[in-house]
Parts: sequence; structure tokens; C-alpha cells
Amino acid sequence: MKLDDYLVAPGEIARRKGPHDRIVMSSRVRLARNIRDGAFPGWAKKPERVRILETILPAVEALPELKGAFSESMDNLSTLDRQILVERHLISREHQARSAGSGVVLNRDETLSIMINEEDHLRMQALRPGLQLRQAWTAIDELDSHLEKQLTYAFDSNLGYLTACPTNLGTGIRVSAMLHLPGLVLAEQINAIIQSVNKLGLAVRGLYGEGTEALGNVFQVSNQMTLGESEATILERMEKVLAQIIEHEENARGTLVEKKAKMVYNHIGRAYGILANAHSISSKETMNLLSLMRLGVDLSLFPDAERALVDELFLLTQPAHLQKQHSDKLSAEERDLLRADMLRERLAKVARPTVRSKGTNGGGLDKADK
Amino acid sequence: MLCCVCKEKPATVHLTEIKNDKMQKVDLCEACAKAKGVNESSFALADLLLGLGASQEIEQSSGGVEVKCPKCGFSHADFKKAGRLGCPECYATFADGLESLLKTMHKGTRHAGKVPEALRSQRDFADRMKTLQKKLEKAIEDENFEQAAILRDEMKKLGGKLPSTTAK
Ligand SMILES: [Zn+2]
Ligand SMILES: [Zn+2]
Repeated sequence: MKLDDYLVAPGEIARRKGPHDRIVMSSRVRLARNIRDGAFPGWAKKPERVRILETILPAVEALPELKGAFSESMDNLSTLDRQILVERHLISREHQARSAGSGVVLNRDETLSIMINEEDHLRMQALRPGLQLRQAWTAIDELDSHLEKQLTYAFDSNLGYLTACPTNLGTGIRVSAMLHLPGLVLAEQINAIIQSVNKLGLAVRGLYGEGTEALGNVFQVSNQMTLGESEATILERMEKVLAQIIEHEENARGTLVEKKAKMVYNHIGRAYGILANAHSISSKETMNLLSLMRLGVDLSLFPDAERALVDELFLLTQPAHLQKQHSDKLSAEERDLLRADMLRERLAKVARPTVRSKGTNGGGLDKADK
Repeated sequence: MLCCVCKEKPATVHLTEIKNDKMQKVDLCEACAKAKGVNESSFALADLLLGLGASQEIEQSSGGVEVKCPKCGFSHADFKKAGRLGCPECYATFADGLESLLKTMHKGTRHAGKVPEALRSQRDFADRMKTLQKKLEKAIEDENFEQAAILRDEMKKLGGKLPSTTAK
């Protein structure tokens, strides 16, 4: 199958709406499952992995949810296509490196993705825009209930679903949300938030970038514990914590505009200046500046730009997506030039940020946007 | 400071994570950090700690004897390397060593979530048998033989419906 015939246009993905999507970019629920007969992918030799793939793939393809889905063995996907899927969060980096004996299945609107023979025989995820953990859980729970009728899962009445890594044991569930938190970062409150969320047994990490850096102020919050409590309990805790993070982010933005308006507008104005005028720009810098521009849209500083435009550019400017728009193989330097060209062109119709002065607070925060 | 994985090269990557009020620390060399996928967004410190801690637990619980999974041939040395198990059966093979580890890692050690539908009825059956068995033992202890006979009959009746395939 040709991935290009299936990929949803970035602009369309960016326009998808969900509750709280100015802060929660997406919600995701992933389930880890394994079949009873067969070593885990990391230990199974290639012939066994191929046998397992050949057992699982037809069962997955026959699911009503995956009618007309894209389905392919990893060795039939080009390096570029795999990178595209990573940039869209449809497969993991770990899966990207796999070849024969591993596979991927995606539904038409890219809201369901199934990795076969990643770390577990099955890694199935449902993706929703905005804060929609429950909807994502319902979707993947249903798919899982259909699939368990076709396959015999490795399940133990005491330990639950058996997984390659004991950290996923039990429910095999990973509930996560991708958050845009520029307010907490600018207000230097992010570390305190991360620590208190960690204490509740949830993990927070930068979604892009290496080590501790969080490019684009994008963070992922997810549960770590999977055994000893039900999916419903895990979802509930995540919802509570996310509601609090959203509140803290909104408060941080409000306080920043009230007390440090110049600092915020300076960041946003400079970000726009570079994005709209640069002739060479790296993917890293682009992410960080687009994040500030996204904040500017949320603060109503760009009346003629929508958040969807920023989100679309966020995806389109990543290396593989940029390469996909050009037929020649690009070097990193060439990509930086073409990235800047695209940004200048797409932002040409977006007027520079305007701050309407509002009495004494010196800010232009449009509270109605909340 | 030496890398806590290979114990050879100097550690240059330092990670900390606070979980349940406990600070966990890992120091790695560049090569091991890369091998463990530390730079990836999917990285979980728990996975790494698990690989280090669990292999020691398993080693101790086996009393130094090399235990291998009868189904897939996986050994604790393999676990040390990968931080992952070999096959579903490994959970039974290395049960002793894993128990205390699961306790530190998770909310509990007994599954409380979804159960595949095909196993749900069998699970209910097992639960009922267990309850009856307990009542029976209590009745015998109390020398309430009339009650014991009733319970035995009940278990026999239930036993007739015992599913042919017993799920684990
Ligand atoms: Zn090392
Ligand atoms: Zn095994």
C-alpha cells in the first residue's frame, strides 16, 4: 500500500477541534496486548516474529473499526514514510527502527493506530483532538473487545494482561495528553508543576527535544502505574490532574499579561518577526517560535490567524513532512532554507501582532477568548 | 562517577524522577544512555531502574542458580541486558523475583482492570469455588458437619459445570 494515498492533509488534522484544545493538543489511550503463544518481540527470533505478525495482522484487518485501513509490514515502508508516521505520533521511534516481522495498521482518519510487534505483540492507540480521554478510551476498549474474540491474549487472573516490560503489566494502559504550556514555562512554574504531578504517580516529559529540553513548550502527561487499579480509576486521576494543569496554565497566562505584559509581547513579537522574515531556520527554532505564536493567537494578538494555521505549520515544518513536499532529497541546510520559504509565504497574510492598550494594565488580553 | 549500567565508563547522563515521594536517580554513560533509548520521548526511568533492580532481585531469589524459562529459554542475565521478559510464561518462571518489584512499581500486585470476556465467566466460577471452599473449611473446623455436607453438595454441583479449559 502507498502511504501517500492514505495520509490525511496536515491542514485537516490541525483544524480538528476538541474541548480545551488551546492547551490540550491531543488525548491518547494506548493498550499493550500480547498473544499467549509466542515470545515477546524483543526476544522472539525473526521467523517467530513473522509467524506472530501473520497471526495478528489478518485479525486486526478484519476489525469493523479498521475497514479500508492502511496496513503494511514495516519493511515495506520507506525511511521517509516511517519518519512521517513518527512526526504524526502514529508510531513510536522504537517501532520506526523495526523491519520485517513488524507491522502497522491505521484507520482512514488516523484516529486509531495499531503497531504489531513493537515492544509487545500489540500496541493499539486511539487519538482524539483536545481533552477527550474518555472518548479515546471507549474507542480503544471497543476495538480491544472485538480483537480478543479473534486472538487468545496472554492474560493472568492475578497479573492481568502480560506485557514484555513489567512496567506495563495489568491493564497495559497508557493514558496521555499532549499539552501546550508556554504560560507555565514563561512564568517559570513548570518545574514545580512537573514535580507535583510526578508525586501523583504521573509522568511529565517534553514531547520534542532531547533530555530535559521541551521544544515548543509541548509536554506529555501520562500514567506510569498500570497494575492494581482499574482503567476507570486511572482515567479519573488523569482527568483531575489535567483539569488542574489547565487551570494553572490559564492562571499563569493571565498573570503574565497582567504583570509582565512587555516580556510576553516582546517574545511573541520577536517570534513572529523571525518566522515571517527568516531565510533559513532550523526545525528546533521553528517549534519554539511557533509555540510563542500559538500563545499569541490564544491571547488574540493575531486577529487574522487561527490556531489551526500554527498547528498545521508545526507539523509541516518538521523534517520528514518538509521533505515530503519536495521530490529531491534535501540536506539539513536545504531544509532550513525551504522551511523559511514556506513560513514566509504562509505568514505573509498574517499581520504583525497588535496590542490594544486597555487602560492601566498595559495589556491587550482579550479575556473573552477564555 | 561510573555508569550504573556498564560500570566501566564515566557517567555523563544524569536522570532523576520523583515518584511517590521517592527520588530515583540514574547515572549513565553516553553509550548506555543511547542503548537504553534515554533520548527518546518514550523513555521511562522506571523501565531502566527495573532492568537494573529486577535482575538483582531475580538473581537473589534463584540463589545463584541460573533459572531459565522452560518455554522460551530466557534467563535473568537476559533480563539484565534487556529490562524486558522473554515470553508470557516468564512471569511464572521469575514470579518470586518480580513480586517485590511490582510492589514498588505499581499501585498493587493484583490486576483490577478489564478481563477478556471469555475468561470472565471462568473467573466468576473460580471466585465462587474459593468462597465455598473457605466456608467448608470453617464448617469442618466448627464441627458443623451438616453445614459441611450441604457445602460439599453445592461444590459438587458447581464442579459439574467446570469449564473444560481452565484459564490461568
Ligand atoms: Zn555505561
Ligand atoms: Zn519465557
